Amino acid sequence: MGSGGRWGVAARTVCEFPGSLGFAESLGSRVGSFRPAMGLELYLDLLSQPCRAIYIFAKKNRIPFEMRTVELLKGQHLSDAFAQVNPLKKVPALKDGDFTLAESVAILLYLCRKYEVPDHWYPQDLQARARVDEYLAWQHTALRNSCTRAMWQKMMFPVFLGEQVPPETLASTLAELERCLQLLEDKFLKDQDFLAGPHISVADLVAITELMHPVSAGCQVFKSRPKLAAWRQRVEAAVGKDLFQEAHAVVMKAKDLPPADSAIKEKLKPLVQVLLQ
Amino acid sequence: MGLELYLDLLSQPCRAIYIFAKKNRIPFEMRTVELLKGSRGSKDTVGTWGVRRRQDPGQHLSDAFAQVNPLKKVPALKDGDFTLAESVAILLYLTRKYKVADHWYPQDLQACARVDEYLAWQHTTLRRSCLRALWHKVMFPVFLGEPVSPEMLATTLAELDVTLQLLEDKFLQNKAFLIGPHVSLADLVAITELMHPVGAGCQVFEGRPKLAAWCRRVKAAVGEDLFREAHEVILKAKDSPPADPTIKQKLMPAVLAMIQ
Repeated sequence: MGSGGRWGVAARTVCEFPGSLGFAESLGSRVGSFRPAMGLELYLDLLSQPCRAIYIFAKKNRIPFEMRTVELLKGQHLSDAFAQVNPLKKVPALKDGDFTLAESVAILLYLCRKYEVPDHWYPQDLQARARVDEYLAWQHTALRNSCTRAMWQKMMFPVFLGEQVPPETLASTLAELERCLQLLEDKFLKDQDFLAGPHISVADLVAITELMHPVSAGCQVFKSRPKLAAWRQRVEAAVGKDLFQEAHAVVMKAKDLPPADSAIKEKLKPLVQVLLQ
Repeated sequence: MGLELYLDLLSQPCRAIYIFAKKNRIPFEMRTVELLKGSRGSKDTVGTWGVRRRQDPGQHLSDAFAQVNPLKKVPALKDGDFTLAESVAILLYLTRKYKVADHWYPQDLQACARVDEYLAWQHTTLRRSCLRALWHKVMFPVFLGEPVSPEMLATTLAELDVTLQLLEDKFLQNKAFLIGPHVSLADLVAITELMHPVGAGCQVFEGRPKLAAWCRRVKAAVGEDLFREAHEVILKAKDSPPADPTIKQKLMPAVLAMIQ
């Protein structure tokens, strides 16, 4: 974790404290203390798809950042302390000096611009860039939605929350996922190597991390879709297999999570009910 | 063919694009795609084979329009051979291609990030609750003849309220416009959303003097006439005659999917 005295240690471990101590208390203990100038901080939980996209992007581009883990399943995103970073109480969130930023698409674009990454991630070319924008806009209410629901309904509700999901609901969700995957192939990927053209862009990162959500729940997303499977291979190769695996370690182990205790269930259930509709 | 914008001013994102293009004097051909009506009496061509005159409810569902946007939604853009969907992507494309004034989408890293943040956030929040408010309050009962339970309507309006509070507290705060001292794409996208429940008769600005003041500033920045012109259609939505059964049948699945 590194040195830094009492406050240095608190700064590093603040997000990895067990749920019972809480995010708020540990940050609270730093109020009024000397705070050295902080570089870029990324508040992430690799359980979350958009967090994975940002993690991969930052690591791949060697962007120096402090990782601030916010554990969703422990409700750490609901703390008052985290609300200082993101009043929307969601991950991912970014803090760059005094500047805080929410929304994964905004964060990715901010990083692209600030760190002057290679052009292909968010091309200067007017039409190529528009294709990336088009994907990033579409996915909010389409792929993001169906991937989150598929993963939660198939796995998290039964395994983690001990709640059975009606078979019709799950069937309907998986059908909607199929529909989105078809659109992804037909409208976005088509016969290109990557979603916005011949080179990988932030659109591919956002998409692949979404698809790994239902994959982690055991959905055979790539099995009957050779085009998507080939695209996946290309994205993994472009990103680097090790980095890709590292980013997905948490979600791939989600099916082995022990059931949540009743306190956590109480806290999280109202928030996730919307994923059953 | 120059720039073509496929729009239905009934739709919030279409209004944002319409206002943006007109305000910035961007030359374009308006291609009206009537989401709710049959094509009889429609003024524009769709596709390369002339004016469609068939009774064809839900023009956005046609094969011809799918050539422009396979996602079968408005707004859509066609610029020569280049087609583009998604209002945020279209606004950004127009911003860059026509080199509009900086304040719409600032060069400044942090200011730009604030616009991006709003444009990303609104998809699943304000867009959704404004759409549901219009449909639950007016379009389902008046246009589709489908009653909506008081509980459902109450829930929808409560959600709208929560979102409006976030808009004020997280985005607007004490600034003149959503991201700072000048109007930007974020304000256009937001104001056109809010006009949806306004069109349904919701008193969105009542008890919200901050939002009301911001609304006045946005209207002034855009121009009252242009603002009014863009909102003529939505403000008449509650006077829509009931849809005939064929139209209703065709539109129902798409409507239900849209307002989920």
